[in-house]
Amino acid sequence: MAQDLQGLVHKVQLPAQDGVVRALVLTGFGINCEEEIAAAYRLAGAQATIVHLNQVLHGAVSIHDFDVLTFPGGFSFGDDLGSGVVLANKLRYRQTGPGGRTLLDDIKQFVADGKFVLGICNGFQVLVKLGLLPNLGGDVTPEVTLTHNASGRYEDRWVRLRVHPRTTTPFLKGLDVLEVPVRHGEGRLVVPDAATRGALEAAGLNCLSYIDAAGDGTSEYPHNPNGADLNCAGLTDPTGQVFGLMPHPEAFLSAFNHPDWARRRRQNPAASEEGAGLQIFKNIVEHIAQKHSVLAN
Amino acid sequence: MTLTDLEPTTHTIQLTLKPGQHDGDGHRVAAAAARHLGLATGRVRTAARYTVRYGALSPEQLRAFATRCLADPVLHDVTLNEAVAPVPGFAAYILVARGPGVTDDEGTSAQNALADFLNEPIDTRTQHIFSKRLYLLEHDLPTADLRRLAEELLGNKMINRFEVGRVADGIRDYTPRPGGGAEAITETISLNGLSDGALVQLSKDNIYALNLEEMCAVRDYYAAADTQAARRAQGLPADPTDCELEIIAQTWSEHCKHKEFSAVINYRDLATGEEKQIDSLFKTYIKDATSEVDRQLRANGNDWLIKVFSDNAGAVRINANSLFVWKVETHNSPSAIDPYGGAITGILGNNRDPLATGIGGARLLFNTNVLCFGNPDYDGPLLTGQLHPRRILEGVRKGIEDGGNKSGVPTVNGAIVFDDRYRGKPLVYCGTGAVMPMQFAGLDSWEKKIDAGDRIVMAGGRVGKDGIHGATFSSIELDESAPATAVQIGSPITQKLAMDFLLIAARRGLLKCSTDNGAGGLSSSVGELAGISGGAVVELEKVPLKYPGLRPWEIFVSESQERFTLVVEPGRMAELLALGQEMEVELTDIGHFTNDGSLDVNFDGQPVARLALEFLHDGVPRKTLEAEYEKPAATEPKIPTQTDYTGTLRLLLGALNICSRESVIRQYDHEVKGRTIVKPLMGATGQAPQDAAVVRFNFESWEGVAVSNGILPRYGDLDAYQMSAGSFDEAVRQIIAVGGKLPNLTPGDNIFWSVNDNFCVPDSVYDPAINPDGKQKLAKLVQMCEALRDATAAYCIPLTSGKDSMKNDFKADGVKISVPPTVLYSMTAKMEDVRRAITSDFKEAGDVIYLLGETYDELGGSEFYALHGELGALVPQVRFAEAKALYTLIGQANDGALIQSCHDLSDGGLAVALAEATFGYGCGASVELPESALPLATHLFSESHSRFVATVAPADVVAFEALLGGRATRLGLVTEDDQLTVRHAGQTVIEAPTTELRHTWSNGPVNQLLGVDELAGFGDSAGH
Repeated sequence: MAQDLQGLVHKVQLPAQDGVVRALVLTGFGINCEEEIAAAYRLAGAQATIVHLNQVLHGAVSIHDFDVLTFPGGFSFGDDLGSGVVLANKLRYRQTGPGGRTLLDDIKQFVADGKFVLGICNGFQVLVKLGLLPNLGGDVTPEVTLTHNASGRYEDRWVRLRVHPRTTTPFLKGLDVLEVPVRHGEGRLVVPDAATRGALEAAGLNCLSYIDAAGDGTSEYPHNPNGADLNCAGLTDPTGQVFGLMPHPEAFLSAFNHPDWARRRRQNPAASEEGAGLQIFKNIVEHIAQKHSVLAN
Repeated sequence: MTLTDLEPTTHTIQLTLKPGQHDGDGHRVAAAAARHLGLATGRVRTAARYTVRYGALSPEQLRAFATRCLADPVLHDVTLNEAVAPVPGFAAYILVARGPGVTDDEGTSAQNALADFLNEPIDTRTQHIFSKRLYLLEHDLPTADLRRLAEELLGNKMINRFEVGRVADGIRDYTPRPGGGAEAITETISLNGLSDGALVQLSKDNIYALNLEEMCAVRDYYAAADTQAARRAQGLPADPTDCELEIIAQTWSEHCKHKEFSAVINYRDLATGEEKQIDSLFKTYIKDATSEVDRQLRANGNDWLIKVFSDNAGAVRINANSLFVWKVETHNSPSAIDPYGGAITGILGNNRDPLATGIGGARLLFNTNVLCFGNPDYDGPLLTGQLHPRRILEGVRKGIEDGGNKSGVPTVNGAIVFDDRYRGKPLVYCGTGAVMPMQFAGLDSWEKKIDAGDRIVMAGGRVGKDGIHGATFSSIELDESAPATAVQIGSPITQKLAMDFLLIAARRGLLKCSTDNGAGGLSSSVGELAGISGGAVVELEKVPLKYPGLRPWEIFVSESQERFTLVVEPGRMAELLALGQEMEVELTDIGHFTNDGSLDVNFDGQPVARLALEFLHDGVPRKTLEAEYEKPAATEPKIPTQTDYTGTLRLLLGALNICSRESVIRQYDHEVKGRTIVKPLMGATGQAPQDAAVVRFNFESWEGVAVSNGILPRYGDLDAYQMSAGSFDEAVRQIIAVGGKLPNLTPGDNIFWSVNDNFCVPDSVYDPAINPDGKQKLAKLVQMCEALRDATAAYCIPLTSGKDSMKNDFKADGVKISVPPTVLYSMTAKMEDVRRAITSDFKEAGDVIYLLGETYDELGGSEFYALHGELGALVPQVRFAEAKALYTLIGQANDGALIQSCHDLSDGGLAVALAEATFGYGCGASVELPESALPLATHLFSESHSRFVATVAPADVVAFEALLGGRATRLGLVTEDDQLTVRHAGQTVIEAPTTELRHTWSNGPVNQLLGVDELAGFGDSAGH
């Protein structure tokens, strides 16, 4: 485990431009999907480092030493004031450096540098509450929100997603339909007005939609597990560099995670043992590696 | 500026949903009030309220904090202080606040948010922000109805405070002010010269839960000349202090000491006249049986049994690098009075056992839970203090959800058993599996070593009055006077932080060892650890408190949650404390270990307790108990035979104990960590029930563990031995069904099995007045234990840990409700390659269906008889040798990949198993029952043990039949159409579309009660 070897309070010093894709996976304060996300990056060929949020806030680790910053799922601060609220509040207000600098300032710089941010489930909620998603206005102000499922309950169930044909995010390159589990109680996207809905749709920022058995976007439970506006399961910002989604692709790293794996393998014994969720991580690692090699040449 | 230095001013912040935003909580309250209480509330609007008691918060800061940190700009309108005004159109209100000292995680999170927002070091360890919930009701309900709604639907008067009334009269608020009153004083209590009656009364009044003999032993210890001399020499009073008596009571409690499992039992069988004396149930049937299993394992080169019965959890070796740690506990009494709090502290408390096994710092892999409730549709009278079974079910379910989900531990396996005898005290079994490296920083991880001079560090939460007397309280019958302090409230986030910290601290070599603070609090954790080094000194004034006003003894025995006791070498303290600060886990050095043979407790330099460890740990008098067995009279009923059992099958699929638990299962995260391979429900439909869970250990190898549970209380009404044997077999065969293999079949195969036993029985100590059938109950317990011994020997499967719960009775208004004697076996077994796991659902049309094992005339205690209101007599017997031979053959068949699906037969027998196996996708089955001497109904519904429905691909039929021989009976084929057809002697006896059967099963009473409804109305109110 990266965290165990890395130590907590020593600054991570990494050589630059060795072709390795470096993924930073945040943990602490109730985040709980860091291990499988780190595994996903490793399986995708990246170097994954799990770091406690305080290491970053206290300056022991700099996000700028990494290529992709990941906010995993979980229950940060117990979701007590609403999912992701307290963590987002910490990133926005907790001063980490001189002049009232906050981690959010660093993340803005990180994105401006052309790097990538991924938020899954609780991590997606954090990005939305921060205003990093969808960031239509470009000023990192909350424009939409995620709140209690229409069912009023937490649920773990597998759903099918369709990738928006107009999305440009490298995370979803080449993907059309994706099966993944949702595991949340507060995943209903609320878009406050028609103008915002129109803008999201026009730019294809609502990059993932819940679909029914026929493959159509749906508001019907349980195919749409939370009643999200636009049937939306995930968002990107206009650059495509910031991507967040409610479902858990990191829970489908192996074909044997799927509820129907046994029958599928009977029908197709030679099928890959990789889970379909891994492709998102392979996409971004490959994209960054390509960028690195372009820079190196 | 430090905000807390100043006299606090109280501010109120209220968040209300903006017009047009969907108020799901309000909808659900209105619907539940109508459905469960018959109250018409009209529309219900909810609001969140925060009372802020930090001084010197300017109006600008308050407004900015409320609008930027607490409110969601899309969802909420914010009102402050006197501007908090009612919403027009609502006549009545209910305000739900927490009682003094009750954990308020939401308030604490708000405090953390305020600290981040202000960038100032404010006190976040004690409560300054109090969260509340306000419900506004359209209709003007009378106060009595509002109170009922508050107490039965919105909260629990054991932990909540309610204000109700008319909105027009102004909304009254309530904010707790815990603490105050008691001073840090220690009193002495004289036992000298007290009569027997006075001793017993003293024990009862102070909830010591000690009997006369035990009280006499305490009195004699203090009266002894050497005790007196030692106390004089140390400046201690001659009489025991309150703290000392409390320590003894906690340590000697049934909960901690298992006095009845250690007792001498005189057993008589009234029918045969056989008499025997049992020298401790634990030693005879559990410990010695496991020693014998271990001997056989080691003789065969299987030396994976590492730690049994001697630590917080059992440990077995997975491979050269890691250990699997497994523990199952119960939390019955707390769940009876506060179902949510009882269950959440049950699962969080059980998590701490593997976390604090050996050195500590295991990584949690999964949780399990098995629950026993009364019928949620129970419509009989409720006794004083008794909660309705539906409330207990909903509260416990929610507690398990929050405890597991918020800790990031998947809940992978469980069961719910309904029987109205659980309506007084529910049974809440919580299990946790974990993985620990064999070594931490060069030391064996499973060892607990302590030397004099090592520091005692308390880690995690703070101490309050919550949970005082939990250990002794659970050791007595529950009655209407249950104390509020016995309720413990869990804080998953506090524990998650402590857990993350332990993992790192252990891997850095900062811990010498650790244990959890559970029953008995510090008195038990330090008391037990002191037994290793030979003594300890505790400075109680250093223990951080949630609020002032605790007496020293209260601090020492409080069971406030989320705390660990760490043992740390002095030279490691600085690094440990720095790590705690970095990870925001409160650590307090509260004393050190010694080797002088005593447990010393001081407060501000004054001794409040000093007890010889020898007396504390070994001074409890041994009990002698009487058991008498008389076989219950039972007869087989005459049930008219039918020619078509389709209707019977439908009734069974919709029966409370068979129907789908999907609504419960889906509210537990069963796949966080990404390692769950066989989940509770599988198949293309996601609705095919599985027999056992399979979880891989990590992402680098395919090794994993299968997890199952066996529990069959209703068979105990006929035969306690066969009930226990059957429960054990059920758990074994579930693991065989998913592709597990029995242990020790080949030398050095290293297939570990690790079993926890949890006996939950009614008071089984005979008393002519209050427990006249105690001897019979104890005899049943003896038989259950005998079956356990026989089962472990037969399968060579060891027990590694367990916990018994001996007083599962609820007494009030002169009535006693006792649980049926119940035992749960929670099993885990290594899977060498999880990719070879077998799921229960049929896979492909044309596959051949077999019945594996033999059906007997054993409908006694069956769900089929229950459907007819009968119990019967012929209870299923476990035939160990035949079962083991079959399980071995199935393992060989799986080695050859010959089996496509396998489902064990249990409640409802063959007919139900066949139907369930079609639930994975839209397939059917065409089955012809073989001719036999058994009546048709017995064929279909007998619950004979050690049987499976399995399917085999056509190409493998020859090899499979050659291997299984007479143990496999060919039944028919999986079909493309969605029809289940069962024929017998030329007649069709069951015929139904499998989608309909699945619908019946999925819409049974459990999902009806807890399922998603009211979604239809959602679109109307969404406002856009």
